[in-house]
Amino acid sequence: MTPNSDLHAATAGIWRDNLALVQLLGLCPLLAVTTSLVNGLALGLATLIVVVLSSTAVSLLRSMLVPGIRVPLFLLLIAAIVTCVDLLTNAVLDELHEALGLFIPLIVTNCGLIAQAETVASRRPVWFALLSAVSTGLGFLAVLTLLGALREILGSGTLFAGIENLAGLGSTWLTVDVPLRGALVAILPPGAFFGMALLLALRNRLMERGAASAPTSTVTAVDTSR
Amino acid sequence: MAKLEGSLIGTVAVAAALTLAAGYAVHATYDWSRDRIAANDRARLVARLNSVLDPSLRGRDLMTTRITVADATLTDDGAPIDVFVLTENGAPAATVFATVAPHGYNAAINLLVGISPRSAVTGTRTVRHRETTGLGDAIDISKSGWITQFDGKTLRDPEVLLWAVDKDDGAFDSITGATVTSRAVVTAVKDTLLYFEQHSSEIYAAAAAAVTDDTADDPE
Repeated sequence: MTPNSDLHAATAGIWRDNLALVQLLGLCPLLAVTTSLVNGLALGLATLIVVVLSSTAVSLLRSMLVPGIRVPLFLLLIAAIVTCVDLLTNAVLDELHEALGLFIPLIVTNCGLIAQAETVASRRPVWFALLSAVSTGLGFLAVLTLLGALREILGSGTLFAGIENLAGLGSTWLTVDVPLRGALVAILPPGAFFGMALLLALRNRLMERGAASAPTSTVTAVDTSR
Repeated sequence: MAKLEGSLIGTVAVAAALTLAAGYAVHATYDWSRDRIAANDRARLVARLNSVLDPSLRGRDLMTTRITVADATLTDDGAPIDVFVLTENGAPAATVFATVAPHGYNAAINLLVGISPRSAVTGTRTVRHRETTGLGDAIDISKSGWITQFDGKTLRDPEVLLWAVDKDDGAFDSITGATVTSRAVVTAVKDTLLYFEQHSSEIYAAAAAAVTDDTADDPE
């Protein structure tokens, strides 16, 4: 592979192979948490940190990861990293932990992390695994934030509510009231599915338009129960 | 055969080594962060207690003693709850109940209720709840000021019979669409006040005893 196609493959996580919109992984925390933009952003940041750390660790140890028991070993690494990140943020960044605290343990339920370890990190050198993890994490963060914003605008009529928990009291000016109210369902669990369906439809539409110029990869449904 | 054994031993060795390494990493992190987390928790508790105190008491150097009480009128199952007695120069200045409203819509609601020595509510806050997003979560101070309507109230203002939500002909506003939640919180605050009026001398005595018993205990 040429360096260029390598780079192309490593950054696919942002859009082309987006964890949430294409691989349909990590939906459990995604659907549960995105009741507001800030919640989505917080889970996105926490996931980004963990996916970068776990991918780096898996890639560094990839010669040791015996194929027969690699999945339990991925789980072991991810669980240990999540626990350490949880403890460290609680100790050092207490206010951020108050905001993220609920979400950090949820990351263990994100099967996208195992997918990333299995398909990329255990087969590639560290730089590739790191770059791919960053782009996957950013792609996931973008979807979380977008879905959170959509649901918050429709359901609560605000945007950036609660940002002070994430960025300090100086950031409350970001909170906007949108003159739109009444679709409470948007922030209830069904709203998560409606919003996600909208985003999926939008992405498929965009891909269809692009299909004329380049052949698209088929979107395969992945067993999300993994 | 030798090859199989070798790979089996190798597999076990790798699994054992990684498990040990991961366990050690978690242990070391826990060791390092334990004291910091405890300090953070203490600071958060102090801040939370402050939020239900009379404004004139906030930030004063109050001696805080934690005792536990158990009574079926407070929690349905009589499970013990924490009560914080705050004293200044030996005199009780405030009592804060970390009580539970058992009949929230989805689950029990954890509340802090601050009470002055004259049995008036000085503040109420929801500490933890699982009420419906967009409806019942208005009991959270970050969502609405509903919970502040108890400030300054006593069992004589309004009188005990009126300690209920407006839908039940009581004196307190209910949250639209979340009557069950509102009812649970109003009842819990009323029960806490009733308990305090009947048992305040016992509570003060228990707190005083806890101080002399256990002066080495870290006061929070």
